[in-house]
Amino acid sequence: MIESIKSFMGWFFVTGDPMIYGADASIALVSIGIVAVLTYFKKWKWLWDEWLTSVDHKKIGIMYILAALLMLFRGGIDALMMRAQLTLPNMHFLDAEHYNQVFTTHGTIMIIFVAMPFIFGLMNIAVPLQIGARDVAYPFLNALSFWLFFMGAMLFNLSFVIGGSPDAGWSSYAPYAGAEMNPGVGQNYYLLGVQISGIGSLATGINFLVTILKMRAPGMTLFKMPMFTWSILITSVIVVFAFPAFTVALALMTIDRLFGAHFFTIAAGGSPMLWANLFWFWGHPEVYIVLLPVFGIFSEVIATFAHKTLFGYAVMVWSMVAISLLSFITWLHHFFTMGNTAPVNAFFSISTMLIAIPTGVKIFNWLFTLNKGRIQFTTPMLWALAFIPNFTIGGVTGVMLAMAPADYQYHNSYFLVAHFHSTLIAGTVFGIFCGLHYWWPKMFGYMLDETKGKWSFWIFMISFNICFMPMYFLGLMGMTRRMYTYPAGLGWTPINVVMTIGAVGMGVGFALIAYNIVWSAIHGNKDKTGDPWGGRTLEWATASPAAEYNFAHIPEVSTRDAFAAMKEDKGVFTTKTAKPYEPIHMPNNTGIPVIMATFMFIAGFGCVFEWYWMAVPGLIGIVICMIARSFVYDDHHYISVNEIKRTEAGTGRLS
Amino acid sequence: MTHSLLSLNEKDRSKMPLEYSTEEGDLRIVGFWIFLAAELVLFGTLFGTYLVLQSHTAGGPTAKDLFEIGPVMAETIVLLVSSFTCGLSTIELRRHNKKGLIGWLIVTILLGLVFVGLEVNEFYTYAVHEGAPLSRSAFLSGFFVLLGTHGCHVSLGIVWIIGILLQLARRGITPVTARKAFMVGLYWHFLDVVWIFIFTAVYLTGLVI
Ligand code: HEM
Ligand SMILES: [Cu+2]
Repeated sequence: MIESIKSFMGWFFVTGDPMIYGADASIALVSIGIVAVLTYFKKWKWLWDEWLTSVDHKKIGIMYILAALLMLFRGGIDALMMRAQLTLPNMHFLDAEHYNQVFTTHGTIMIIFVAMPFIFGLMNIAVPLQIGARDVAYPFLNALSFWLFFMGAMLFNLSFVIGGSPDAGWSSYAPYAGAEMNPGVGQNYYLLGVQISGIGSLATGINFLVTILKMRAPGMTLFKMPMFTWSILITSVIVVFAFPAFTVALALMTIDRLFGAHFFTIAAGGSPMLWANLFWFWGHPEVYIVLLPVFGIFSEVIATFAHKTLFGYAVMVWSMVAISLLSFITWLHHFFTMGNTAPVNAFFSISTMLIAIPTGVKIFNWLFTLNKGRIQFTTPMLWALAFIPNFTIGGVTGVMLAMAPADYQYHNSYFLVAHFHSTLIAGTVFGIFCGLHYWWPKMFGYMLDETKGKWSFWIFMISFNICFMPMYFLGLMGMTRRMYTYPAGLGWTPINVVMTIGAVGMGVGFALIAYNIVWSAIHGNKDKTGDPWGGRTLEWATASPAAEYNFAHIPEVSTRDAFAAMKEDKGVFTTKTAKPYEPIHMPNNTGIPVIMATFMFIAGFGCVFEWYWMAVPGLIGIVICMIARSFVYDDHHYISVNEIKRTEAGTGRLS
Repeated sequence: MTHSLLSLNEKDRSKMPLEYSTEEGDLRIVGFWIFLAAELVLFGTLFGTYLVLQSHTAGGPTAKDLFEIGPVMAETIVLLVSSFTCGLSTIELRRHNKKGLIGWLIVTILLGLVFVGLEVNEFYTYAVHEGAPLSRSAFLSGFFVLLGTHGCHVSLGIVWIIGILLQLARRGITPVTARKAFMVGLYWHFLDVVWIFIFTAVYLTGLVI
């Protein structure tokens, strides 16, 4: 009996590595600490009422961002572990198996649990405010999306201490990811964790598509929308058309592994190439899902701090539309070398290169916006300005990779790794840091410290270049991707040392951002105006942080850069107080989303271990939550005129 | 949500059908259409997968060996008729006739149940009697998962309609219940359309080639 319990525990918990025991201990301590603090300060009810059950898009946005920052920390630790292992030849810091797990969790976490949720967080904060709406189209669904992401991320991260991590790369290629070559639970964690959060992403796509199409303030026609809102509209369309394919791909591989189907196993007629096609049919649009929104952020920030309207507004929009269409017909460039016919490779080669045209157009539009602008070098602006050259390098190397014959040389070398980090870091990460600093006062009502912000920018940006510029050359010198160690004498060592120094520098930059957040929470300047940057769009027309209902009066819009125009027209924008307030209709908080996502977690965990006694009750719980929700009719309340008056007076301004 | 202003396309809602008569109803129906578009991609991916794997029988039974026209026709007719009765329920909804609406919805779920029963029987026959379960070959994996996904959707639709029936019985036809009844109708018709593709791409091509 004792023996069997012991052997179960040894199999259930990941054992054998002191680092893992350290992680076990720290996870246990942090969890106990959180529970203790919440209990001691009697904060459970506050947590439940104000956050866990909230359907307010602003709070959901904050929760997305906090969770994404946490995941960025985890993904960053993974990155540093890989860089530590590769610093010198023949190192034994990580063994091959462990290295495989680390690059898999790093890639998956960075894309699925950092880039996307961070962007979803920023769009939750900004989009409803930018279009002058009081919430998103489906606040309940919005909360559910967040909790599905959160539970998916927790499930995926659990693999670290329970059962073992996935190790087939973030692209999880068959046949290696199949049951035969990859027994155990690691790969199941990947499939289910990503699936659960993916369902949430699809719901977010639908939600924001409808929100933007149907809930804009009066007078805001499509071509008067802020550029960030445009980018989210287009991104939402991509989400709606790309994610279902991924849902299917993940489900098919799950069925292969759990129920012995043969979609991707060669033995009974399955096709590993089918996985590559399905994965990248989602995977390439996915890179635009994490890129177009930051294009939107940069457009806002560059226009604001150049004190000009965005150059070539319509061209910006149409180039994003073009990118979104092209993004669906380029997926095969991820496997030019897998034996396609020449005409097929040629088609995808050309379609990929075509994307450079609208992207280049956008780069020039940003440059022309800067031209003759009165440029103010704030922290968000620094991130935006650094994005332009750094991202362009990623774009140009992308075109190099798009040339199918040349790709036979670059494919799966460090040249590729450098390329996608140039786009994902100089694009997405710079963009989310830019948006974080820009909208932080809107989220919390105080500013992040500018000096610390600029230091963190310079450290991170320079270190990024120290880490990733040499990497291109390392790739050309022959070092391949996903290799856990290398022999001495190939001339790779100096570059690897430099790269690790850069990686550590990026860690320092990130730590400084985190420090700045904590420091500014205590000492940061309050934003009493609601418009600390001299913003041009409607989110700056309301208090920071915005009241639950966002706008006491729904603004009326007549031009682009609506708030800039209001400020010019009226001098002050607080002149509309004459209009009487009306009671505002708002959705009630609800616990169903978090409970339903918890059932998803239970069902997912059951499937990971193929414990159907656990999975089936989880699934039943999900259905019961759906039914319970369907029977809720009393799901709105009114905010009275008196309460609105009190709130508006409390902000010191009447809008 | 009712609180946003829709003066961009401010419609005179009083002239609209009940399910569109509130802004919230309108929003949800639009969102549901978009959800159906996503479902289309989902089924499209499953069809693509099936068509790729159709000939990969790995020496096991082929489509021609397995499929029989009789049960398939029965399933098809039952589902098509259920779509028709579902349409009748929407007509009764527009007439604000609660009894008619409930009645036709009940007929619809009964037909849905018959369909699911026939399909389960078909699956059982293949998997148990003909030795062709999903793990036998890639072709069968594709077949069972495509049809199983459709079947699960129909089953979920049945549960959903039952929920709406209870709400209709309790609350009568209101803008909210009308919206729900209308949306479940869209869903049901969508599943019918998917079935027509299944009938053509899976059964007809399977029996002919
Ligand atoms: C501190 C910054 C970062 C460093 C030092 C870093 C470093 C690395 C390294 C060393 C690898 C593994 C290369 C290999 O062995 O093949 C890797 C892979 C990867 N990284 Fe990063 N990375 C960083 C940030 C990011 C970010 C922000 C993202 C995405 C938003 C990202 C996405 C990926 C992906 C998708 C992979 C591929 C994983 C796979 O092969 O399956 N990385 N990174
Ligand atoms: Cu791609």
